[in-house]
Amino acid sequence: MSEQRSGHIREINGPILKIHLPGGRNGEQVRIGSLDIVGEIIALEGEDAVVQAYESTEGLRPGEAVEGLGHPLTVELGPGLLQGIFDGVQRPLTEIAELAGDNIPRGLRIASLDREREWSFVPTGELEVGAQIGAGAQLGTVQETETIEHRVLVPPTVSGELIDLAPSGDYTLESTIARVRDAHGEVHKLKLYHRWPVRQPRPYSRRDHGVEPLITGQRILDTFFPLLKGGKGAVPGPFGAGKTMVQQQVARWSNADIVIYVGCGERGNELVDVLESFPQLEDPHTGRGMMERTLLVANTSNMPVVAREASIYVGMTMAEYFRDQGYDVVMLADSTSRWAEALREVAGRLGHMPVEEGYPAYLGSRLSAVYERAGRVETLGNTRGSVTLIGAVSPPGGDFSEPVTSHTKEIIQTFWALSKELADARHYPSVDWVDSFSQDVDIAAGWWAKNIGGAWANRRIQALSLLARDAELSRIVNLVGPEALSSAQRWELEGASLVKEAVLQQSALDDADSYCSPQKQFQLLELVMQVFDRGSELITLGAPVQELAEHPVMARIRRAKSTWRSNETEDLGEFAREVYSELSTLRSEYASSQEAAS
Amino acid sequence: MSDVEYRRAEAAQGGLLIVRGVEDVAFGDRVRIRDHRGRERNGQVILAAEGETLIQVFEGTDDLDLDNTWVRFLDQPLSLTVSPGLLGRVFNGIGEPRDDRPPIVDGEARGINGSAINPAARNYPREFIQTGISTIDGLNSLVRGQKLPIFSASGLPHNRLAAQIVRQARLPGEASNFAIVFAAMGVSYSDARFFRESFSDSGVLGNVVMFINHADDPPVERLALPRVALTAAEYLAFDLDRHVLVVMTDMTNYAEALREVATAKGDVPARKGYPGYLYSDLAEIYERSGRIRDRHGSVTMVPVVSMPSDDITHPIPDLTGYITEGQIVLSRELHNQGVYPPVDIAPSLSRLMKDGIGKDDTRDDHPRIANQLYAMYAKAQEARNLASIIGAEELSARDQRYLEFAKDFDERFVGQGEDENRSIIETLNLAWELLSRFPREALTRVSETDLAHYHRSGDKAA
Ligand SMILES: Nc1ncnc2c1ncn2[C@@H]1O[C@H](COP(=O)(O)OP(=O)(O)O)[C@@H](O)[C@H]1O
Ligand SMILES: [Mg+2]
Repeated sequence: MSEQRSGHIREINGPILKIHLPGGRNGEQVRIGSLDIVGEIIALEGEDAVVQAYESTEGLRPGEAVEGLGHPLTVELGPGLLQGIFDGVQRPLTEIAELAGDNIPRGLRIASLDREREWSFVPTGELEVGAQIGAGAQLGTVQETETIEHRVLVPPTVSGELIDLAPSGDYTLESTIARVRDAHGEVHKLKLYHRWPVRQPRPYSRRDHGVEPLITGQRILDTFFPLLKGGKGAVPGPFGAGKTMVQQQVARWSNADIVIYVGCGERGNELVDVLESFPQLEDPHTGRGMMERTLLVANTSNMPVVAREASIYVGMTMAEYFRDQGYDVVMLADSTSRWAEALREVAGRLGHMPVEEGYPAYLGSRLSAVYERAGRVETLGNTRGSVTLIGAVSPPGGDFSEPVTSHTKEIIQTFWALSKELADARHYPSVDWVDSFSQDVDIAAGWWAKNIGGAWANRRIQALSLLARDAELSRIVNLVGPEALSSAQRWELEGASLVKEAVLQQSALDDADSYCSPQKQFQLLELVMQVFDRGSELITLGAPVQELAEHPVMARIRRAKSTWRSNETEDLGEFAREVYSELSTLRSEYASSQEAAS
Repeated sequence: MSDVEYRRAEAAQGGLLIVRGVEDVAFGDRVRIRDHRGRERNGQVILAAEGETLIQVFEGTDDLDLDNTWVRFLDQPLSLTVSPGLLGRVFNGIGEPRDDRPPIVDGEARGINGSAINPAARNYPREFIQTGISTIDGLNSLVRGQKLPIFSASGLPHNRLAAQIVRQARLPGEASNFAIVFAAMGVSYSDARFFRESFSDSGVLGNVVMFINHADDPPVERLALPRVALTAAEYLAFDLDRHVLVVMTDMTNYAEALREVATAKGDVPARKGYPGYLYSDLAEIYERSGRIRDRHGSVTMVPVVSMPSDDITHPIPDLTGYITEGQIVLSRELHNQGVYPPVDIAPSLSRLMKDGIGKDDTRDDHPRIANQLYAMYAKAQEARNLASIIGAEELSARDQRYLEFAKDFDERFVGQGEDENRSIIETLNLAWELLSRFPREALTRVSETDLAHYHRSGDKAA
């Protein structure tokens, strides 16, 4: 890329600086002042440029030197990403802590990926020297963690004749593992890593459609509001409603290959929680350590706002990189509202006209550009991979009509709306079954029918309509009291309560129920709906609602989720049969007493 | 440079002063200003441009006369001199003594802004602090290193609650070893006196550092105060290995001062006139709490945030709730019913409770019983609503039981004496006592083992 140029600072206004730098380019990285902090050009005014700094500008003075680096913000892509924790501009936080102690210093120059470490590289067998090789082709593999094989690809910008390819052996990131001569005769030395500018989506051959649901192990998500692999989802909710928990649960339990968790403007301790707890967890799908497939981007709320804006792109670029290797990647962004606020703050300082609540007019288009990078694709290397993006949204005052929530709602396919009322009653996950939606139920239904049970789609609808009836009947009760309801209606209220407590509520902290396999999900749903149906029959036969509601078996049904784990579905099935037979006994009692009466 | 005084003030308004024609001024640096009567004021550079400098004046810009204003750039950032001698002292918002004793000189000057704690250097907070208050310990437990604000409103007893927490907080089984940093922004003289007397009565004055800005002190100084106070707290925690409890009151006054200055600067407002960066600004303060790996001390924060017009969705409590690790919410309704402390448990939350309680920390049943109490209280509130529509007599027997439970819960579990210091075991036993009025089948959030151990069927069950 182009050579470095120098200039000087003209003005410092918090994280925004005005510099004199002839020939500066929008997006170009700059090094600033004696503190050597890093920033990015965001606007040009003649020979001056406006720069947003990724680090605190305290102590800088007008007149200090500035250096234009000639390239935009890039990330390093190669082995060593997984299990790492990086800041919003991909600086490695663990290494920084080792180097600099408890607090993050400014002006540190440190590579994102370890340059010393050797990786055992195995070249792709069928590649022949002299053959033509395309962008995205797989040069070989490196076992990055015990579970994840890192596929070393020809970078998207390179193709041509393979001149040579390194034999199996241990290599550091900087070693040349292949050389490719392009159509212009230029020779590219390929290493185990390459760089990519974060604001530029990585190319792929073509977009594909989603074909199967992401299994998160959370009943309200998988069974009621499914999200596809490669889909776009949002989790809006007021503070304390459970956004972070939902995201962490998805990070823990989903059947993705790679998980990228971006803490964008949120709490430091939440990332520590992931860092400390994941290594102790086992992936229910592979039985391997949970951290081996995970990487974290941490730009906490107290870290510079501008790097927060960058962090989403940094996370997304890494996600695309693993997608290009043929993996299903899930990226969690907590919270996209903080990202939007960073955008707003910079826009405000640049004097852009605010349109709604101080946000600039381009908020909607920036948001959709980020979400558009999610999707399932056919990669340049002709495999399939996907990026699923799930963004938390933090609406001020919990008001979903605010700009970030309302724009997001138009972009995504799956909307997990969290409710303060549910959270206040400790109904977790507090996903509201009225406001939430999924546009991909049909595709998910195909998967459930094929893999778990044909009745899934029907049972799901029945449960949702029972919940809708519950809302309706509760309104009546609140107007005129419970006496106005018929027995059948009061049984509907009981049924809905069973759906809520035995199916929807799922504590992340319950060891037995934190993850719920699709099989167990379906069993619980089936159990509750069967009980409701059979109960309805009993009611018509004259059984009192109260007797049914207070039947000891109801408490056991409510506890079933915590009594049997996902690998104990046989016992759960046994329990269900017990329940049914008990209800059958009741039924014959009522049926015979009714006969006797008539 | 710091010896040179410039008489180049060009404009002064709303706590901001513009100086032209001075070169080489660093962003964030400290400034000393002398006015026409020879009085000194303190300031900080908040915009540094070629030839133009914008200064935020902590004592405000009232009564400045541009021709007779002399400005000196001190060539250093705003800082606090730290030493063990901080304990027992009283300072103003920028760290100058206000106890008629000499300033601290024999220590190290530390910049008040600190730099962000590296998340990779943090330890997850998980040590249960017993405050002796049932609604906190039992349902919204505080742990060392947490930031747990009290959301309150005018006329509610947040100060008494904060003082009670300070008096009673300790790790179960340990003598109190907290050092206290008290940060008061825009408080009345009587509130400041209340705290001082409370510290003095419980004999902890020698373990307290106070930073006080009264209601009639300059608002701009409130912007520096929490940062100065936290510089002291971090020093005590991470240099001197103390467990530090930081009480900040009232963060709403802080946020209002921020709005005042932001408006004067012409910053684009987001909601209700507060600047868009209020969230980040508050986060810079609150995220200074925590536990750090390989350090023995900790910084725990209990800030008081008043909710303007009792509105929890007002930007100040709202943004605070998005940053802090939970909130203890006080209710006017309970207060009017004479319940002390009037903690409304429904919107209250402790996010760090989950790792600080249970078998090894408090008692095995703790997480589940807390959950069960919440579930029952939520149902009881529904029954209360229903009773207010159709009358309590019309309720079913089941709903009647909920009503009785709610009444008992408010009076006996929420309500307690200002000097009543309940152990966590007492709190949990009380919870079981209240829940035992329900049959076992109704308690599905606790385990069957819990029921076998603690449910008092027979003696209370209806
Ligand atoms: N699925 C869940 N299971 C158990 N507890 C939960 C669950 N979701 C949320 N919580 C509780 O709610 C608290 C707040 O959740 P969190 O995800 O941090 O909220 P948000 O990110 O929306 O502010 C958590 O600390 C936890 O106590
Ligand atoms: Mg959160």
